[in-house]
Amino acid sequence: MSTFSTPQASSRETTEGTIYSVTGGDWDQVAAEIGSAKEERVVVNMGPQHPSTHGVLRLMLELEGETITELRCGIGYLHTGIEKNTEFRTWTQGVTFVTRMDYLSPLFNETAYCLGVEKLLGITNDVPERATVIRVMMMEFNRISSHMVALGTGALELGAITPMFFAFREREKVLDVFEKVSGLRMNMAYIRPGGVAQDLPEGTVSHVRELVKDLRKNFKDNADLLIGNSIWIKRTKDVGYLDLAGCITLGVTGPVLRATGMPWDLRKTQPYCGYENYDFDVITADTCDVYGRFLIRMQELEQSLRIIEQCCDKLDQLDGAPVMVADKKIAWPAQLALGGDGLGNSLDHIRQIMGTSMESLIHHFKIVTEGFRVPAGQVYTPVESPRGELGAHLVSDGGTRPYRVHFRTPSFSNLQSTSAMCEGSLIADVVAAVASIDPVMGDVDR
Amino acid sequence: MSEQKGMFGASGTGDTSGYGGLERSAYSPTSASRPYGSYFDDVADELEKAFPEFSDAIEKVVVDRGELTLHIKRNRLFDVAKTLRDTETLRFEVCLGVSGVHYPEDKDRELHAVYELLSMTHNRRIRLEVSAPESDPHIPTLVEVWAGTNWHEREAYDMFGIIFDGHPALTRILMPDDWPGHPQRKDYPLGGIPVEYIGATVPAPDNRRTYR
Repeated sequence: MSTFSTPQASSRETTEGTIYSVTGGDWDQVAAEIGSAKEERVVVNMGPQHPSTHGVLRLMLELEGETITELRCGIGYLHTGIEKNTEFRTWTQGVTFVTRMDYLSPLFNETAYCLGVEKLLGITNDVPERATVIRVMMMEFNRISSHMVALGTGALELGAITPMFFAFREREKVLDVFEKVSGLRMNMAYIRPGGVAQDLPEGTVSHVRELVKDLRKNFKDNADLLIGNSIWIKRTKDVGYLDLAGCITLGVTGPVLRATGMPWDLRKTQPYCGYENYDFDVITADTCDVYGRFLIRMQELEQSLRIIEQCCDKLDQLDGAPVMVADKKIAWPAQLALGGDGLGNSLDHIRQIMGTSMESLIHHFKIVTEGFRVPAGQVYTPVESPRGELGAHLVSDGGTRPYRVHFRTPSFSNLQSTSAMCEGSLIADVVAAVASIDPVMGDVDR
Repeated sequence: MSEQKGMFGASGTGDTSGYGGLERSAYSPTSASRPYGSYFDDVADELEKAFPEFSDAIEKVVVDRGELTLHIKRNRLFDVAKTLRDTETLRFEVCLGVSGVHYPEDKDRELHAVYELLSMTHNRRIRLEVSAPESDPHIPTLVEVWAGTNWHEREAYDMFGIIFDGHPALTRILMPDDWPGHPQRKDYPLGGIPVEYIGATVPAPDNRRTYR
């Protein structure tokens, strides 16, 4: 038994073999000890606190030399009981919870949930068109900001630092739009059952038009850095291979599925939110590997910009149209207003409920504290999130609170494929494979 | 889902709202009759053709809000699932997951497992629903049919205590291994502590007076 540099670093004998605790800076000792052991097989625990596992993901790797013979994921470190919590709040309050699941694409969580509530209420066709167009615009911006994190952190984990700076530089501009529109940069709870929380502030559409031009120009920076870069290709080409059959049986969707050449995108195949009225392409690749998945994400940015441009045209035509259902028994009563310090209630509304109309005050109080009743039944509403199919399974018992909220999250299903992608490959490729799945642990664990 | 009276959750005379007479009967989805509409008739016909014991396996067909739900007896689940996947005219090749639901009032059918199926070939969706009593919470696993249900079944086991017979490694997935109980059952408390804020105390969410 050799001496270790810190008291935390040590080794002990168990029935499973020798267990080494590694604290960093003591690799030489560990390597020397393992080198003298008879067995070739080493079990390494990676994470849950590890800079390249994309959040609190724990990987248990069984290695023969540098080759992985078995990989298992340990998840649950970010389980926050969102599904259970929603059962104790009104349907509207549920938005505030579900937006926190996939924190890189909160607007998709909100949309899937609200589409479900609207389907249960039977008001899908009553949602005003302007609200739907705003939802689409915000979702596509969210797709851009989410793909930017995937690209930036994915490249960073493989040792390329510059793409990260470029990606976050552009993402910042997108988050500025979110802040301008909803008051918040993430977890906005902006999309509500029946529409959106408030109309776009003045000047948004012209700002967005300018931004689209700017983003289109700047996206080239990252594309130029990565596509055709020989180091990038060596780290990603033929790595993390998963073909169509593997994707189908594991229920993998999103860019990972489209990298097998399958043009499956719910926006095209089963349109929601009026996606059938937009002109865009479904991007595919036929490489089944990490390279193809990142290539798809890069090219989807341009498709999102195309959709946003079309949204701007529609929003110009729909200027002044309502953004919430007309039914006052469902619509949130207060129109929020953006004050100098962020969000605030509309002063007109305050004047009405406090100064002129007792009935308005009662109505406001009732719908805010009690909420609305949703007819009993169950629905499943899927949307195409940046990571794949995000579906909300909602059950109502006819009350003012959900009976059961379950989210079928793409990160959860896609993460299952890590073993299939990595077993038999080298340990360095695990990082590339996990990055290409782009799991968000908040989405996995809920 | 239980029969409910009043709006405030109080039993007896605790209701001060003036709406004490409000009653809502327990919800139970009604069985649909032919024609189901949309592609649902097609799916039912093809399944009947491909699966001779159809009438024995299916408890109920529910068509609600444009979605088809097949309630299936648990001992037939595996065969029905395999038929749905393998028959060329059905070809539900993707199972999107398992969602558990706990209905404590639904005697001897307390625990439900809900499977969302997707056919990319025919661009269709259906839902399977299976139930098991709390006293015998066993449902056959579908990992052999759709490998992707592995983690989803582990989650349903973790959260609801549904035991999926034949699952290769049915262990907890989100909660710690030594966690007692199944958190998303209705009789499992939400937890939480009262919070004091500017002199007033706000009770934990599951202890607040609520409107139902």
